Amino acid sequence: MSVAPVEVTRAETDEEAIVDRPWITIVWNDPVNLMDYVTYVFQRVFGYPKPKAEKLMLDVHHKGKAVVAAGAREAMERNAETLHGYGLWATVSHDT
Amino acid sequence: MAGFRPTSDGVTARFAKPEAAIIRDLVGQVVELVVADIPAPDPDELAAMVGISDSTEVPDDPVLARLLPDGYRDDPEAAQEFRRFTESGLRSAKVESAQMLLQTLPVSGGKVKLSSDQAEAWLRSLNDVRLALGVRLGVTDDFDGLNEDVGPDDPRHAYIQVYQWLAFLQESLVAALS
Repeated sequence: MSVAPVEVTRAETDEEAIVDRPWITIVWNDPVNLMDYVTYVFQRVFGYPKPKAEKLMLDVHHKGKAVVAAGAREAMERNAETLHGYGLWATVSHDT
Repeated sequence: MAGFRPTSDGVTARFAKPEAAIIRDLVGQVVELVVADIPAPDPDELAAMVGISDSTEVPDDPVLARLLPDGYRDDPEAAQEFRRFTESGLRSAKVESAQMLLQTLPVSGGKVKLSSDQAEAWLRSLNDVRLALGVRLGVTDDFDGLNEDVGPDDPRHAYIQVYQWLAFLQESLVAALS
C-alpha cells in the first residue's frame, strides 16, 4: 500500500478515535491453571516483577479476567500465542 | 514422592516406577490427541514451512479446543485468521515439550535431574495433561464439590487423585524454579 501525499485536515473523526485505541491481551480465568503457575508465566513472559504478576493473577482469579498487556496488534497476538503455549486462556481485543 | 527441589543448576525429583508410568501414559495421550487429526497443511510450500495451515475452526474435541483456544473472543473472522497462523506451531510446541518430558523421565522411574529449559518443558507438558484431565473430569471452580460427588466406585475417582497429585507436582516445580 502506498500513501499519496494529501493535505491532511486534522479532525476528530470516529476513525481516528479507533486508530488511537490500543490493542490488549486479556487472560481469562479457568478452573485448572494453578495460581502460582499463572504468576510464574506472567513473570516469565512479560518480565513483570513478582508483585505485579501476582496482582494480575489475582485479578484473573477474582474478576474473571485481566488485561495483561497493551500495544500494537501484532505484539498482542504474539502474547496470546505465547500464553497459549503455556496453556493460559488468552485473547486479543481492542481496548474499550 | 516429595516433589521437585531446586539444585545448583536446575531441579530434581525422584519418581517411583508406577508414578513415572502414569505420567508417561498421560503425556503420551496428550501427544496422540495433539498430533491426530492435524488439519491439512497449506498447499503452498512456503506457507507450510512457516506454519500456516488451512485450519481455521476451533477443534470439536473439547480437550483439543482447550489446548488450542481461539485468539479472539468476539471476532470470528480474526479468530480464524489467528488460528491459521498459530495453530500448527502451537501443536508442534506442545509435542516438543511432551517429548522433552518423555526423554528425561525414565520408564523405570528413579531420579530425574532437569536443566531450567527442560524444567520449563515439563511445566508446560504437565499443565497440558492437567488441562486435558480437567476437561474430561468436568473440573469447575468448585473442585471440592466435584471431589465429594465422585465416590470411590466412580471411574473418575482414580483420575481425580492423579489430577491432584499432578497439581502438587507442578506446584513444587514452579516453587523450585522461582
